[in-house]
Amino acid sequence: MSLRVEDLTVYYQTLRGDVRALECATFSLADGEIMGLAGESGCGKTTLANSLILLVPPMRHVAGRVLLDGRELPICDVEAMNRYRFKEISVIPQYAMNAMNPTRKIGRMAMELLRSRRIDAKRALPELERRLDLVELSHNVLKMYPIELSGGMKQRMVMVLSTLMDPSLLLADEITSALDVSTQKAVVKMLVGFRDREIVRSVIVITHDMSILYQIADSILIMYAGQLAEKGPTETIIHSPRHPYTKLLITSLPKVGVKHDETRLKGIPGKPPLLLDPPEGCRFRERCPVAFEACREVPPFLEIEPGHFVACWKETEPNA
Amino acid sequence: MAKDADRKKRNEFLYFALRNNKLKIGALVVLLFVVLASVGPLLTEYSPRAYVGPLAAPPSSEFWFGTTTFGQDVFTQFVVGLRATFVVGAVGGGLATLIGMLVGFIAGYRGGMVDEGLNVLTNIVLVIPTFALLLIIAAYLKVRGIVTESVFIGFTAWPWAARAIRSQTLSLRSREFVDLARMSGMRPLRIIFTEIAPNMMSYLVMAFILQFGGAILIAATLDFIGLGPTTGMSLGLMMQYAVLWGALPLGIWWWFVPPGAAIAAIVGALYIMNVGLDEVFNPKLRET
Amino acid sequence: MRRYFGRKLLIYLVTFFLAVTIDWLIPRLMPGDPIQNMLSRAALNANAAEVLYTYYTHAFQLDLPVWQQYLNFWNALFHGDLGISTYLFPTPVIRVIMDAVPYDLFLLLPAILLSWFAGNKFGAFAARTRRLDNTVLPIGYILTATPYMWLGILLAWVFGIVLRWFPIAGAYSYTMGPHLSWTFVGSVLQHWLLPFASLFLIFFGGWAIGMRNMIIYELEADYSHYLEALGAPRKLVRKYAFRNAILPQLTGLALQLGVIVAGALVTEVVFSYPGIGYLILAAIQNQDYFLVQGCFLFIIIGVLVANFLIDIAYVIVDPRTRRGMVGE
Repeated sequence: MSLRVEDLTVYYQTLRGDVRALECATFSLADGEIMGLAGESGCGKTTLANSLILLVPPMRHVAGRVLLDGRELPICDVEAMNRYRFKEISVIPQYAMNAMNPTRKIGRMAMELLRSRRIDAKRALPELERRLDLVELSHNVLKMYPIELSGGMKQRMVMVLSTLMDPSLLLADEITSALDVSTQKAVVKMLVGFRDREIVRSVIVITHDMSILYQIADSILIMYAGQLAEKGPTETIIHSPRHPYTKLLITSLPKVGVKHDETRLKGIPGKPPLLLDPPEGCRFRERCPVAFEACREVPPFLEIEPGHFVACWKETEPNA
Repeated sequence: MAKDADRKKRNEFLYFALRNNKLKIGALVVLLFVVLASVGPLLTEYSPRAYVGPLAAPPSSEFWFGTTTFGQDVFTQFVVGLRATFVVGAVGGGLATLIGMLVGFIAGYRGGMVDEGLNVLTNIVLVIPTFALLLIIAAYLKVRGIVTESVFIGFTAWPWAARAIRSQTLSLRSREFVDLARMSGMRPLRIIFTEIAPNMMSYLVMAFILQFGGAILIAATLDFIGLGPTTGMSLGLMMQYAVLWGALPLGIWWWFVPPGAAIAAIVGALYIMNVGLDEVFNPKLRET
Repeated sequence: MRRYFGRKLLIYLVTFFLAVTIDWLIPRLMPGDPIQNMLSRAALNANAAEVLYTYYTHAFQLDLPVWQQYLNFWNALFHGDLGISTYLFPTPVIRVIMDAVPYDLFLLLPAILLSWFAGNKFGAFAARTRRLDNTVLPIGYILTATPYMWLGILLAWVFGIVLRWFPIAGAYSYTMGPHLSWTFVGSVLQHWLLPFASLFLIFFGGWAIGMRNMIIYELEADYSHYLEALGAPRKLVRKYAFRNAILPQLTGLALQLGVIVAGALVTEVVFSYPGIGYLILAAIQNQDYFLVQGCFLFIIIGVLVANFLIDIAYVIVDPRTRRGMVGE
């Protein structure tokens, strides 16, 4: 499968005006690629994911389109998108811990969901059980209520449910945030396993935890304040980033083996702008150590090396 | 720093409050009746029980709401009764909210045996038919005023408020900022007033409005069956008299329609105001 | 689970004990002498009055020491004996109450159940579109804000007096005694409709509003969003939301059913309908405090039993409560 997002712009409608949560997002995803989507809280990662699968009010599509295998996805049409949901595009949501109906046994909920989507539930059952084995969940969970499961178990259950129909594209939103480190490792390994077994073809992994992405992502897309900052292969982003924000992000990560009484842990001074009335041009401008006059215009997301995109005037036109 | 955040929050509430239709319309209706209750008695030179006009006369330019079977001015009875209604709502509802606040806060915050004990108390007050109490009081106090009724309502209607406030306190108590205050060594009472109460302010306002409306309804019922005040006039009393003195078979609708309609309108408006307030305080509910 | 119910049972028993004690105190806290009151209604000469006074005081056990009266009360309670009514002497209180209960059940059971079903369906329906919601909401709130007696009076006036379609007093025509025939049944239904309607409408408003609020809350929940993201049809999402929203409504229903024995006092007064509510008022007006005491006892027991049953039912119906029982 191939995913291509072109100039996708999505705002949130509020009584005070539009919150410009996603601005001109353009990128591609290849077959079998695991792309990490990273950035601070509120930078637009979840908005991007939701735009691809559930673009409902208060979200508003302003511009841009999404192409799945060359065909345009009707992301604005809630009804038309149903054809793709669950079967071609699926999501493991941020709220996976609460994603299952608390008053229904899990197995029954799954069967009702399948039947409502006109899928033969009986035939899907053995496959469901095989998937449970893959994530090391006992078949008994199907007879339990969500409240009887631990956080990690619920996360894995939602992973199984969301991928049951072998979607081409999986959006994994903060699937490790609420877990302890060892469970985190198990969960991401399962995710990669899903891709390797072709249960899912491509994955967008949304997280603010770069160390996870370093382990499993083929490429990383960095976002800041609703704009795309940089995209490239994992090695490049981690070891030779070009966007000032990415550079600061990488250096601010604590490194194993480094004693912090020798080198202080650096943060990035300042705060991201409010997106209700964001500044003109590059939104990182006010915190950027190398900003200059050109930054008052939005820098285009340009390919400076094969597969490596940056939106920064300093990198693409340093002499402007 | 915190004061600025507070002021911003209050401005935000004001902003949304002024734009919320339910709140505006509800408040307008209540205000209308408050004005009527304040100004009305000045517009009439009669007293509620005086025999001033023709018997059972329909509304006219002289007697705007007509007269009763005894020739009393219904309009006078109505506006005087309206005053009594608001007094009972405010005093009775206010008292009930206060007691409910006390019991609910303490039970929710302390937990343990204190909570259990207060729970039993709440259950008993809930289960005792309040009529029983009222009977005894009515038998001893041959002359009762509106304050007595309000106080009685206040002391018997608080369990609902207490339950709701207790569960809200429980959920707030386990939130992080309270833990922070506790760890920093603040005394419990101070925590209640400075951390929990402001967050509950919206909840308390809404609880008060509900109690206000509830008190009005309870008072109307008590007045109707004769367990209300023995002096003065009230809307419930008007309806009792109307039924007692044959307004139904005689078709004297102007005697019993206005009082009940007023109650339905006021209490309904209060409920709708509450929904509007809920939307103002809870961003999730606001319409886009 | 056993410990949870054990504790609950204990609390209920304690509450029952205290409430019954308070109930027992009622006639004894009243000013005046109930026997005196009863006798004063029969015009007797002084000698007869004195003899009868002693006799009745003994008959009602009012000459025993207070603590013994208290114990006898509990004893009688367990034998289903609630004393003798002074208003309807010599009918035992329990007979008087049991004669009134069927009318309450007949009036209230359909009113509560039908309004619950209809109100919940309507409330869920109203939450579908904003426009619908904005028209339905004020109606619902105003209905639930309407005083019972006023709606009763209004209906009685419009349909009873002006249109003359229905009678406005009694449970059946005064020209008949209860017997098995279509005319009797017809008369009963005729007399039943207006009081039923006045209760039904107000209850309906309350349920509709409650359900509408609950459904909106459930439709905004995470599990609803997850189903939508997986492309589930609106029907499934609504079905789950409805099923979850109904749980607290069940509690409300049980609570209302629990108070059924209290009768719909004011409505019965307006329509002179012979239920327990009407009985209580008559007892109050005639100072028959033993009847009052008996009625209240009935109500207390009904409420406590209903509450306990709700607690059980809720545990069965909502799996989340089973977890919470392990303790906080």
